[in-house]
Amino acid sequence: MTRYVFIESRDPFDCGDSRFVEETAVAVKERGHDVTVFLVQNGVLAARRSARRLGRLAEAGVTVLADDFSLRERGIKTDELAPSIRESGIDALVEAIVQKNTKALWH
Amino acid sequence: MNERRLTLALMDPPYESANSTTALRIITAALEKGIDVNVFAYEGAVCLPLKDQTPHANPVKGTSVEEEEHPTTKAFVSSLLAIGKEKPLLTWVNCGLCVDERGATNVVDGVKRGSPADFFKMANESTNTLVIPTK
Repeated sequence: MTRYVFIESRDPFDCGDSRFVEETAVAVKERGHDVTVFLVQNGVLAARRSARRLGRLAEAGVTVLADDFSLRERGIKTDELAPSIRESGIDALVEAIVQKNTKALWH
Repeated sequence: MNERRLTLALMDPPYESANSTTALRIITAALEKGIDVNVFAYEGAVCLPLKDQTPHANPVKGTSVEEEEHPTTKAFVSSLLAIGKEKPLLTWVNCGLCVDERGATNVVDGVKRGSPADFFKMANESTNTLVIPTK
């Protein structure tokens, strides 16, 4: 099993290819790998419950984390997050990507 | 040699993208965890440690240099190189061709000059490599 960490930095309302990350993460998860999606910068806009995004990730068992700094910069409070998305520090991302047999992909 | 080593490839020039801020945060967090970090600065990212950067006042707001307290990326890079002097070790390599194209030779102490071959070597010797491309 390989661990995959997708780092999504793009605004989901700005570019359609954010969907690419969602579809790829789900496909990789379905092949039996451990998958985390880390939302950062404008990527955290998808973390809001009201955005109604990324639901497929939770259903597939993908771990979704949202960068606390990026959330604060954009005035998004923890209680606004979708229930399946967890607020996280950048240190959690670093810890995830320095594990062996892990692939880190920035988008 | 540290068991854990992270290599980052950066491409964005300073003051253009939130990518630079995130990259600097990742480097900081890794060093705080005692993880060695390699940075290969490519394209516009070679200007991140440019010594000629100067904090400025904001005439629109009427604030002085001191009041504005404008952060420069060169100061961030210098601080990180001071933290990563030995254990953990931060190695920062600017792509030489990218430097020459931009005339970006006047960089803060500790920044090395190299080539994509150095990036290949860094990646081979690291636990993992993260490429942060321009959009």
